[in-house]
Amino acid sequence: MAGKTNDDALFQFLLRMGDNSLILGHRVSEWCGLSPVLEEDIALANTALDLIGQTQFWLGLAGEVEGKGRTADDLAFLRDAWDFRNVLMVELPNGDFGQTMMRQFLYDAWSQVMVGRLIKSGDKRIADIAEKASKEVAYHVERSADTVVGLGDGSEESHARMQAAIDYLWPYVGEMFDGDEVDAAMVAAGIAPDPASLREEYDALVNKVLSEATLKVPTDVFHHKGGRTGYMHTEHLGHLLTSMQWLQRAYPGATW
Amino acid sequence: MGQPSVDTIWDWLDQVPDPEIPVISLVDLGIIRDVQWEGDMLNVTVTPTYSGCPATTIINLDIQTALREHGIEKLTLHRQLSPAWTTDWLTDKGKAALEKFGIAPPSAKGEPERCPNCGGHDLERTSQFGSTPCKALWRCRDCLEPFDYFKCI
Ligand SMILES: [Zn+2]
Repeated sequence: MAGKTNDDALFQFLLRMGDNSLILGHRVSEWCGLSPVLEEDIALANTALDLIGQTQFWLGLAGEVEGKGRTADDLAFLRDAWDFRNVLMVELPNGDFGQTMMRQFLYDAWSQVMVGRLIKSGDKRIADIAEKASKEVAYHVERSADTVVGLGDGSEESHARMQAAIDYLWPYVGEMFDGDEVDAAMVAAGIAPDPASLREEYDALVNKVLSEATLKVPTDVFHHKGGRTGYMHTEHLGHLLTSMQWLQRAYPGATW
Repeated sequence: MGQPSVDTIWDWLDQVPDPEIPVISLVDLGIIRDVQWEGDMLNVTVTPTYSGCPATTIINLDIQTALREHGIEKLTLHRQLSPAWTTDWLTDKGKAALEKFGIAPPSAKGEPERCPNCGGHDLERTSQFGSTPCKALWRCRDCLEPFDYFKCI
């Protein structure tokens, strides 16, 4: 039964990857039509599109690995909150534009390091998705880092808001580097890296950008968790799902 | 009537316009990666430009419609992610058509060569993203016109 156990772990791993990009993609899409200027509106909508596109690959493969005939859409629209495996940070409400861009940077930086490693995955299907995503992620992180620097090293007001954003979001960063038996199985199979091993590269990038942005990185090491294991999400995920899944719940099987 | 040759199929696909930038074909865009017969089954391999490009489904539908109109009955479309699409695969014909249409074609230096409107070189980027995932928004300081730049990836 070793093969089956591995497939279970692989399924969980793929849900984590797909749910991160799905939930963040949905959050970012909430800015559509509401951003401070037109260019930012377009940029956020495009970022959301990329994230949701990557979701289709991750969740599509998850469904394939699970082998029960579930599609990416089934996994996105027909699971309830307790079955989602995204980190808590991505389900938090957007806050102001600065907080949204700070979260985007904190996620993009992780994503860049992660897909950089996954390109070398022993599972070719995963390496292929990572190769595709890496080009988009490089573009995202360039933009979110620039915006964090622009606003952090901007006016007194924007600086204060960006410092408040990093202070609020920092306790959610640590969860991206937590590991458990799923990760151990991925490491053993040569499929994905130990999340903790990404931290050094991540911290180097984040410290560089935040210092350029004249922002202080909080020193508190406490972090919230429970999203990627599914142990406990924040109350915000349920609210997000009621909006995201409404159509399929109200009109099961609807297509367009 | 015999089976149309692979070259003929490529020519047919070169007549199918990109749904978002109809002045270039799907072949110009570089997303058709392979065309092969397997017995009486035609296999066409397509790679997406951007993961979330909303045109992907339309593109697949357009390929099917065009080939069926040419009498192809058995057709399978394959999605290929690796190697990931790059703007290096745009044809020269496609790049020229883009510029004529007013979209600066991708350039190896990562920014437009010149303004597609007046040919000016005093350019500035106004946004990293444009009206579609594959474009960024630029402005020419010579003629003051904004224009789309086909991002280089
Ligand atoms: Zn000009």
